[in-house]
Amino acid sequence: MIEIEGITKRYDATTVVDDVSMVIEPRTIAVIVGTSGSGKTTLLRMINRLVEPTAGVIRLDGADNRSLPGYELRRSIGYAIQGHGLFPHRTVAQNIATVPVLLGWDAARIKRRVDELMTLYQLDPQAFGPRYPHELSGGQQQRVGVARALAAEPNVLLMDEPFGALDPIIRNKAQEDLLAIQKRFGTTIILVTHDMEEAVHMGDKIAVMDAGKLVQYAKPAEILAKPASAFVETLVGASEKPFRLLSLGRVRDAVETGTAEGEAIPGDASQRDALAELLWSGRPALPVKGADGKPLGRVTVDGLVKRAASPA
Amino acid sequence: MKEAGVKAWVPSLLRLALVVLLIAFVSNPGWFEPLLKPLTESNAPAIYNQGSLLTLTLLHLRTVLIATVAATTVAVALAILVTRPAGVEFLPLSRSLVNIGQTFPPVAVLALAVPAVGFGEKPTLIALFLYGLLPIFENALTGLTTLPANVVEAARGAGMTGWQRLVKVELPLSAPIILGGIRLSVVISLATATIGSTVAARTLGEVIIAGLLSNNLAFVLQGGLIVAALAVLIYDGLSAIERYTARRMGQETA
Amino acid sequence: MTIRFDKLGVVIAAIVAYAAFAAPFATFRANRIVPGEARSILEALPAMLGPLLLAVIVVAAVVALLKTPLILRLAASVVALAALALLIGVAGSFLTPEGNSFARISPASGFWLLIFAFTLLLADVLTRLNLSPWARIGVLVVAAAAIGMLLVSGSWNSLSILKEYANRADSFWAEGSKHVTLALGSLAAAVIAGLPLGILCHRVEKLRAGVLNVLNIIQTIPSIALFGLLIAPLGWVATHVPGAASLGIRGIGTAPAFVALFLYSLLPVVANTVVGLAGVPRAANDAARGMGMTDRQRLFGVEFPLAFPVILTGIRIVLVQNIGLATIAALIGGGGFGVFVFQGVGQTAMDLVLLGAVPTVALAFAAAIILDAVIEMTSTRRPEAQPA
Repeated sequence: MIEIEGITKRYDATTVVDDVSMVIEPRTIAVIVGTSGSGKTTLLRMINRLVEPTAGVIRLDGADNRSLPGYELRRSIGYAIQGHGLFPHRTVAQNIATVPVLLGWDAARIKRRVDELMTLYQLDPQAFGPRYPHELSGGQQQRVGVARALAAEPNVLLMDEPFGALDPIIRNKAQEDLLAIQKRFGTTIILVTHDMEEAVHMGDKIAVMDAGKLVQYAKPAEILAKPASAFVETLVGASEKPFRLLSLGRVRDAVETGTAEGEAIPGDASQRDALAELLWSGRPALPVKGADGKPLGRVTVDGLVKRAASPA
Repeated sequence: MKEAGVKAWVPSLLRLALVVLLIAFVSNPGWFEPLLKPLTESNAPAIYNQGSLLTLTLLHLRTVLIATVAATTVAVALAILVTRPAGVEFLPLSRSLVNIGQTFPPVAVLALAVPAVGFGEKPTLIALFLYGLLPIFENALTGLTTLPANVVEAARGAGMTGWQRLVKVELPLSAPIILGGIRLSVVISLATATIGSTVAARTLGEVIIAGLLSNNLAFVLQGGLIVAALAVLIYDGLSAIERYTARRMGQETA
Repeated sequence: MTIRFDKLGVVIAAIVAYAAFAAPFATFRANRIVPGEARSILEALPAMLGPLLLAVIVVAAVVALLKTPLILRLAASVVALAALALLIGVAGSFLTPEGNSFARISPASGFWLLIFAFTLLLADVLTRLNLSPWARIGVLVVAAAAIGMLLVSGSWNSLSILKEYANRADSFWAEGSKHVTLALGSLAAAVIAGLPLGILCHRVEKLRAGVLNVLNIIQTIPSIALFGLLIAPLGWVATHVPGAASLGIRGIGTAPAFVALFLYSLLPVVANTVVGLAGVPRAANDAARGMGMTDRQRLFGVEFPLAFPVILTGIRIVLVQNIGLATIAALIGGGGFGVFVFQGVGQTAMDLVLLGAVPTVALAFAAAIILDAVIEMTSTRRPEAQPA
């Protein structure tokens, strides 16, 4: 659990982060969204004390984050940034091993961990381990960057626009990978982004920041449904709202009884995808199948449209 | 395809030939006497006869080596100092000083060192050291201040202490640029060391100056060519190391 | 209110403390070549002036030591330097016995260290003031004028370096003009030959690597050797080409020095021309071509103006380098300030070395400041379109 209490950062006269308080539950993903200059990155960097706050306290599992020297604290927290920041003079394996080496793990344990992470990220340890970062594609570099951040099995992972430099297709893949790995390790993730789409997709909770202040901190559905201010409303994008809302729900939860013609859609797909499929094919309803392939019922255009309406 | 392969070998072969020729010349200059004889007048000796060329070459190299090692140590240490938070106040001034320092001609530095330490190898070492400092310091400064920001950020984020960042990330990353400075410094030093002979340091300059004084072109030529060959080979060797370290990091090579 | 120290000030104050109280201020020698005797500030100056100078120095050092406003630091460094410059002359006359023309008084290590310390302070202030190019040239002119006035007024005449000058006043100016002619003339020749060569290398890629490699190798040949190696071919030209000798081409002397400096100068000029032209944005070139400019119009209207600051940087390197290298011309009878340096080294007369070295350093220094200012002026006129 991460408790942020009254955190403020001032540089001379300008207040970059202004009295922010929030609690991040263990094993969840909190996404901090905001425009550039909103203070979101500074807030993130105060958690691992890359920036020292002017006022306020941050507690990690109850312990003040100032109870350790900054560098020791940072070894216990994963950190991944935009453009990956891989060390160009070290091989992929050496890059991933950075924090374990700093922590003095023995060689065998380091190798095991590096191999495990590389395999997890679909990078063959034999082939990619001895390569240098510049010999990798952008997507591979990004994966190595996240693997490096996770190497020392941190409970907390901080990510600053980790997918910012990726093209859309690779970005989707990277987001899915991260969600899968978060489930597997149960890591608490705090992710900073300016992309509302990404926030809605990734976050268990979303924190919206504007001019250093925390404007709203809530579940994605609530942010979409009840934006706390005109600023959040703009950020959400009024015209996108119904679709974002639908993208949060699974088809399984919108099933009605009955049957329909045509190819069945899996119950795990998003309601947004289902609506798109219905509109595109011009049919009023689609059959839905479970993970085991058994029919669950159907979804209808009318049913989905009702769900997309503002829950007044 | 085959032609390209042969072409790629030419520079290496030339270098090898130059090394062999250089070693042969300094160890057995007598072999080359017929080549140099036409350059002399009235039966003057064609090969320098007031000392062994091999000894002078080794002394020349030793002087340059000592000065370069000292200059590298001090210059890199200074560059590290002014790029740490504690020394950052000195950064703008150190830049100005380097700019001013480079306007001092080597001969002036050499001549001005004599009153302080007397004749011989010492003033030469001082001049080479001072003059060698500047390119290394400048390059080390460039290297340490133009590190990719996200890499340094990642190093901090990974929990490296200041010292670990310096040793594991900042210095290795700026190594190619620092090496470039050392290369410049060595080439300047090799040439400047010849002037050291005017203040009685034992270097290859002795051969050249003896030639100038006795109007013996063969001496001037052999002294000059040995120094030039040393400079070309060392320049080449250091460039290769530089390219190797830079390529490993995927940096563009100049 | 707490007292805060300036980090550089600590260094300066330490140097000043050592130089003012533990190091000799001036050296007295009964004649030109005997070993000197050290004189401290109090011994070297008349009754009132010694303590006064010490007071000025200590106050200036304290100003440097503490965190003080820039303007105060500027004043402290200038006053201290001026006091030192004036009083070293006074020390000269004070220490010279009446009617003795053999005795030599020269500034000693303490004096030089004090000058160094306060120059450091001045340099720091000027760096922090971030002066505009014109202001920098202005500072240079004021400093040069001040030194010129001290020289003309004769207040330094009792110092040994000026006694050496007095003995050689005619040859000093002759060698000086030779030095400047060598440095500037070879630069002019290198620019005249190097610019077209650079443009050619830019246009014809096949030529580029070859030309630059050859020029690189020339740079590695030690200067004395290159000077020496040119003696033979030029001697041959002088005796075999009719009229060459009457043009001043001879085996020894100015001609080989000129040619050597010219060869050394080519690399920076050619290389920077190539780099400058290569750095011209493709968009600017395309636009020029799209508007129907001919190759020649493009070169003079677009490429050249854009590459100019880079080419100028090459010229700055060459000029500073040439001023230094021209000293070596003396070894082959080419003249220049090097004559005094090498004579001085030969006679172990350090004042004579200084007579050659100080003007050389001053020239190179002034050239660097002026050209740096010009480079900044030409490149700031076209601010970068996109800041990185």
